[in-house]
Amino acid sequence: MTTLLQTAGLGKHFTLHLRGGLTIPVLQDVDFHVAAGECVALVGPSGAGKTTLLRSLYGNYRADQGSIQVRHHGAMVELARAAPRTVVDVRTYSMGYVSQFLRVVPRVPALDIVAEAARGVSPEQARTLAAALLLRLNIPRRLHALPPATFSGGEQQRINLARGFIGRHPILLLDEPTASLDADNRDIVVGMIDEAKALGIAIVGIFHDVSTRDRVADRTYSVAPLQDAA
Amino acid sequence: MTDDTLLSARGLNLRFGPVPALVDVAVDLWPGEVLAIVGESGSGKTTLLNVLSGRLRPDDGVVWYRDPAGKLHDVHAMPAPKLRALHRSDWGFVQQDPRAALRMGVSAGGNVGERLMAQGLRHYGNIREQAIDWLRQVEIDAARVDDMPRTFSGGMLQRLQIARTLVTHPRLVFMDEPTGGLDVSVQARLLDLIRSLVARLNIAAVLVTHDLAVARLLAHRIVVMQRGVVVEAGLTDQVLDDPQHAYTQLLVSSVLQA
Repeated sequence: MTTLLQTAGLGKHFTLHLRGGLTIPVLQDVDFHVAAGECVALVGPSGAGKTTLLRSLYGNYRADQGSIQVRHHGAMVELARAAPRTVVDVRTYSMGYVSQFLRVVPRVPALDIVAEAARGVSPEQARTLAAALLLRLNIPRRLHALPPATFSGGEQQRINLARGFIGRHPILLLDEPTASLDADNRDIVVGMIDEAKALGIAIVGIFHDVSTRDRVADRTYSVAPLQDAA
Repeated sequence: MTDDTLLSARGLNLRFGPVPALVDVAVDLWPGEVLAIVGESGSGKTTLLNVLSGRLRPDDGVVWYRDPAGKLHDVHAMPAPKLRALHRSDWGFVQQDPRAALRMGVSAGGNVGERLMAQGLRHYGNIREQAIDWLRQVEIDAARVDDMPRTFSGGMLQRLQIARTLVTHPRLVFMDEPTGGLDVSVQARLLDLIRSLVARLNIAAVLVTHDLAVARLLAHRIVVMQRGVVVEAGLTDQVLDDPQHAYTQLLVSSVLQA
């Protein structure tokens, strides 16, 4: 299968200038890849750097060493030192991300938040797709016109999931997509991940829940904690 | 994705007496992109906006603007009438205080229509129609078209200023704290309005704000200024979530969480 995302020698540390320049190494020599239609689960103890790796892959954290190659408009593009507007373009066309927390403009209805993340369809089609996706995730129609600020944690997460899946990006990164969902909704998300894989979408995820992970992941990638430098 | 920038500045320097307001600043802006300039008061962000928009001349350095035909113009070498014409057509400027930008003795519709008339439009019916259309787009009731701005709330005035600015379909809009001084509920609505208009009309914008949350929601890229120096620049969420410079780390960690 075609490799869609690949890292080589990826390294990431944080320098805390407000703590006297304390340096915390998190990732070192990460060689990771994911192919079309494959789901790779990042595993490792809490604090090992799973989220840091996922965020580095998305360009949300800046990689210090190594390379991140992503398939974009039919060619591999280096993301680790790419210009910001290249990263924006990659995120628009090639790579989606579902974070743990919903961060949106206040007072915008849930349906609009999801619809505006759709790609390559008319605004009307986007709203139809968004409504269908929200209903599938058990967000009843009466909530579609409301801004999600007052929704429960699980509902907000499902808005976030709808927003991540509607774009059908060739690569999708999922950070704890089922963490605050009940068993029924977890099953629905598992179904959505399986469908995405069947469409050839490459998925990298962190799954808190082991049974969900075993159901969706084709393989795992271990993120081991590094020793803190002095 | 074109490689041609819409606006490029290099080597900008400006001192106010002994105070350095801009120190060797470089900025690039591409079509359709929103760039936020953040920093504390006195960091030079409004000065940079004024220099980029040609309203303030730097001691040193150059600002290039590429017109729709692809021709480059040195903004500070342009004759004044040409720069004024640019501000009336291709460019727009949204000030923090709408009262300073609007004509308070002219009706809401007149304020919007005036920019069209300045472009040479003469058909009164068309001008009025477009003015009403723009009031609707910024969510002001069309029935208020003949009302004087002094009867409007602060949030409505700011939306009126935005309608007046965008009616001529500028390619580039400069915004100085557009949501500053407004109630948070009004701010949220205005943010959503600016974000959707900028995206729908594919407008490039340079936005000055001291509010990192505003920058996160509106801007693709961010420039962090401290004492006239750009200390960090990059992708908005990367600069805010993984700040590299000590000053950016201080700014980000100083934000109150609601």
